[in-house]
Amino acid sequence: MTVLSARPERHDTILYLNGVSVAFDGFKALNDLSFYVEAGELRAIIGPNGAGKTTMMDVITGKTRPDSGDVYFDAMTDLTKLDEAAIANLGVGRKFQKPTIFEQHTVFDNLELALAGDRTVWRALFFRLSQEQKDRIEEVLETIALTAHKDQQAGSLSHGQKQWLEIGMLLMQDPELLLVDEPVAGMTDAETVQTAELLTSIAGKHSVVVVEHDMDFVKSLNCRVTVLHEGSVLAEGSLDSVAADERVIEVYLGR
Amino acid sequence: MVFRMLSVLLLMGGFLIPTVAFAAGSFEDALANLNSRKFKDKQQAITRIAESGDARALVTLEALLAGQLFTRKSDKKVLIGEKSHEVYRLTDPLTGQETGQAPSKELKKIRINNKLRGLLRGAIGGLTLLSPDPDKRLAAADAVFKARSADMVPVLEKALQREEESQIQERLARALAAIQASHNQDPAQKVIAIDQLSHYSEPDVRALLGNIAQNDESEIVRDAAQKALERVEQDLARWALLGNLFQGISLGSVLLLAAVGLAITFGVMGVINMAHGELVMLGAYTTFVVQDVIRSAAPELFEYSLFIAIPAAFIVAGSVGMLIERSVIRYLYGRPLETLLATWGLSLILQQFMRTLFGPTNQEVGTPDWMSGFVEITGGLVLTYNRIAIIVFSLFVVLLLALILRKTAFGLQMRAVTQNRPMAASMGIRTGVVDMMTFGLGAGIAGMAGVALSQIDNVSPNLGQTYIIDSFMVVVFGGVGNLWGTLVGAFSIGIVNKFLEPVSGAVLGKIIVLVAIILFIQKRPRGLFALKGRAVES
Amino acid sequence: MTQPSNAPFSFLYQDRGGQIFLSLLLAVTLLVPILNVAVSPESALHVPSYMVSLLGKYLCFALLALSVDLIWGFAGILSLGHGAFFALGGYAMGMHLMRQIGDRGVYGDPVLPDFMVFLNWQELPWYWYGFDSFAFAAVMVLLVPGALAFLFGWFAFRSRVTGVYLSIITQAMTYALMLAFFRNDMGFGGNNGLTDFKDILGYDIQGDGTRLALFVASALALALGYGVGRFIAASRLGRVLVGVRDAESRTRFLGYRVEYYKLFVFCVSAMLAGIAGALYVPQVGIINPSEFAPANSIEIVIWVAVGGRGTLYGAVLGAILINYGKTYFTGALPEAWLYVLGSLFILVTLFLPKGLVGSLPAFSLPRKQESPQAHAGEDKPSDTPHPPSPTSEARP
Repeated sequence: MTVLSARPERHDTILYLNGVSVAFDGFKALNDLSFYVEAGELRAIIGPNGAGKTTMMDVITGKTRPDSGDVYFDAMTDLTKLDEAAIANLGVGRKFQKPTIFEQHTVFDNLELALAGDRTVWRALFFRLSQEQKDRIEEVLETIALTAHKDQQAGSLSHGQKQWLEIGMLLMQDPELLLVDEPVAGMTDAETVQTAELLTSIAGKHSVVVVEHDMDFVKSLNCRVTVLHEGSVLAEGSLDSVAADERVIEVYLGR
Repeated sequence: MVFRMLSVLLLMGGFLIPTVAFAAGSFEDALANLNSRKFKDKQQAITRIAESGDARALVTLEALLAGQLFTRKSDKKVLIGEKSHEVYRLTDPLTGQETGQAPSKELKKIRINNKLRGLLRGAIGGLTLLSPDPDKRLAAADAVFKARSADMVPVLEKALQREEESQIQERLARALAAIQASHNQDPAQKVIAIDQLSHYSEPDVRALLGNIAQNDESEIVRDAAQKALERVEQDLARWALLGNLFQGISLGSVLLLAAVGLAITFGVMGVINMAHGELVMLGAYTTFVVQDVIRSAAPELFEYSLFIAIPAAFIVAGSVGMLIERSVIRYLYGRPLETLLATWGLSLILQQFMRTLFGPTNQEVGTPDWMSGFVEITGGLVLTYNRIAIIVFSLFVVLLLALILRKTAFGLQMRAVTQNRPMAASMGIRTGVVDMMTFGLGAGIAGMAGVALSQIDNVSPNLGQTYIIDSFMVVVFGGVGNLWGTLVGAFSIGIVNKFLEPVSGAVLGKIIVLVAIILFIQKRPRGLFALKGRAVES
Repeated sequence: MTQPSNAPFSFLYQDRGGQIFLSLLLAVTLLVPILNVAVSPESALHVPSYMVSLLGKYLCFALLALSVDLIWGFAGILSLGHGAFFALGGYAMGMHLMRQIGDRGVYGDPVLPDFMVFLNWQELPWYWYGFDSFAFAAVMVLLVPGALAFLFGWFAFRSRVTGVYLSIITQAMTYALMLAFFRNDMGFGGNNGLTDFKDILGYDIQGDGTRLALFVASALALALGYGVGRFIAASRLGRVLVGVRDAESRTRFLGYRVEYYKLFVFCVSAMLAGIAGALYVPQVGIINPSEFAPANSIEIVIWVAVGGRGTLYGAVLGAILINYGKTYFTGALPEAWLYVLGSLFILVTLFLPKGLVGSLPAFSLPRKQESPQAHAGEDKPSDTPHPPSPTSEARP
């Protein structure tokens, strides 16, 4: 799993959210949300439906502007001032809840488009793949177990394969921070285990934030867990400690 | 013609009460003098004819003004000639009898210039100031105002004393004040008259005051005129503003009618219906057919024809709409661009179909009496009844629609299907039927709009094309899926358009509005009243 | 990927449909002049000069359709205002031809075109300067549509106006231009437009040789347009565009500035449309504001849809077929034409979403990126300001 280029391990804050609020027509999707992620950390985020998980991702990636609050990347870049493309180019990669890939392109082309590099129009017009880049793509294909399908249209893949392809595209982007929304939905147990392995191996050199409902999967990640509820942080800590928290139990089990 | 005969009869009957003393025979002499080549002689002759108070004077002067007074070359006799085919039928102004006819080469027209025309109008006005017909007295008062001949003062004063209708009194007073302000010897009198004039906020008065303010010899008078002028101009500007506002609201109501059906099909269902304009056109043709049937079957119902046409148009356009939904649109849900193309094709077919059926020319749609005519608020602000009716109707339609959407079971089902189709289906709502009904409702409303538009626009197969872009602009500008937005959007576009028109001209104004909307949509892609939040994005 | 990827025109090697199309185009370009000049007028094979111009007109429409396909088929931008770029290119050429008339106009003014003399204009408006030079006009043919596309696209794409909203405002754009060009004050001949051209580059515009030359020029322009379109489509940029078409937000989150990509291809497309217009005008002898009519622009879209979007040559096929049909029907059964055209719109969208090229087995070649798709025009609803939900769900 040496797909991603080596990067020195760091222990400063890669992602910093402070007092972020977003309201849609009076409904507070995020309510004074504050939390941070250390560089190289693997973090799982759980929470019931409507807790604001996706909105949080939207805020970090520039899709939604917060009404108030600060979002800083790498301690100095204010993400609330940037758009999606700029944030992506800074090194923030995102996998959507519903696998979002280019269905009309081949698996190979999907990865090629995600390849890190100059994104200007002019370069794209005269772009040619170098042998080194081709090898990179082959390597990632290997990792996500889609080598046999590389010339297949992405739209014809199974749901799990699409999830993997999207993760593969994230790997091609080689971001510092990966935001992964429900990566194992629709995967077999074996695939789920592989995914957990993949994500844990990435962490360390890269920071990874995973949103997931599947508690077994979260458990296998073996990392710090943040529980969101009604747009703010309810509890944070190891899975065992948050699972023992009474407020968390109340929210999850209801009364 | 009838008018002329009537006035002759009235005059013959001695209704005219002469107030100015006249000498017998002066009419005949003066008439002969019209032959003179010199305009100065003619001027005198006209004044004498007018002062003669003779019963025959009015007909003669009117003929002169209309260019129908001739000299017969053979005997130099002045005659009234009316052209019928290649020859002129002649009438002797002295006797009022027909005296045969003559080709044009045997006649010589008595020519007049603008100065004489002004004089003639004033003279004719003076002669009819005392007519028993109030309409004529009104017209005469205005004619005298325009002519502003000092000779008219005695007649005017007399007429003013006798006049009982306040509206005519006002016009007479205006004419008198105008003459005094122009011709009185005493500056103080002029100032009083000018002050009276300043209460009339009318373009004519403004012109007169401007003239006095420039040209009067006395400085006091000029100053007074200047002040009065400012006041009149202020009033006029205020009325012009109100007039523009009314025009704008009127245009807005038309836009609203054209767009409100779209607010359902596009706004609620997300269907881009390019044939929307043609559904409006169907409504207009329905009005035509309904009136045609009424004319031949029950003419006495004509006054109610529109009330019959409104439900008829709703049914016709609504049925066609449901047919379109079931046969084409339902296969294209979720593919807005394809829907756009397919419905454009439908619009071409519908247009050509109406062209085949009714021909390419405009159809005559009648206006019931209660909708024709106008109410004049004051000084140039005229509200026509048909425009008022359309404004009221458009608001009525929107209200009706809002009630259907909010208060009926169908409206509830419609909103349920829009918001969560699978859930609605699983609760036993037949979503297909709801789709059909919803589209039918939008189409039917388009048809009702067609009834209203048939009153102000040409009913031709191209009718719908005129409105389609405007209606989309209104819906998108107002914010899709928001009836209130459509309402506000339509009226603001209408009003802005009408306020731009005097500044930039009609076409340029429209272009400016279009460009402004294009820019606006780019600034706020979701329109004026946007729905916000995740619901929109998911 | 077996072809040498650095050879010139390598982008055409895999494009079998394009090879067939270009060969056919070459054959027609050679054959028509021969049949026009070398075959005697009595022969059944003779192509009369009016036919040469008619064919040239079809080729211009084909280029126009190709330009629409470039943005619709690949980037998913449905422009309902492309007639505007075509007309602007046409006006730029028309202005040059107008200046070429010189003092041979009805009023014999050496500088002012007839309509300006008629309207009592005293001097040439500034924006007519330079159009006496062919080179200047040729640059304007590209620059004016390109600049409008840039301006319009800059605002529209940056504010993420997509889908039907974009279609509606492009339609409003061409409508506004039509109203503007109808005005006499604009200085483009108002209602009547520009006409009564005498010659082009010194040759009689009605002459048989000129007609042939214009026909060949149109064919070359079409081939060039195809080359440009194919080059873009085959490049990484083309793949990004297809990505934008199918999953715009994914492209953004990969770090692509979607608006610049769209803007680039929109401008290229507008310039191709401008060239088509510039070649069209000398062959039909007139340009007037009706070319801006929104109905015209929608018609172009149906040419593309009939032929099959996302293939470029499909658009060409559609444009030529429908325009031939139009010529035939308006001559033989004028009443029926709008029924035919209207039905085409409906039938193609309902039953032939891939167009002729995508649906007929004879045309279905195994290709990679270009396989046209039924929903090709749609965006992911998440990026489209749609009403709450109806368009986002597939219905039973």
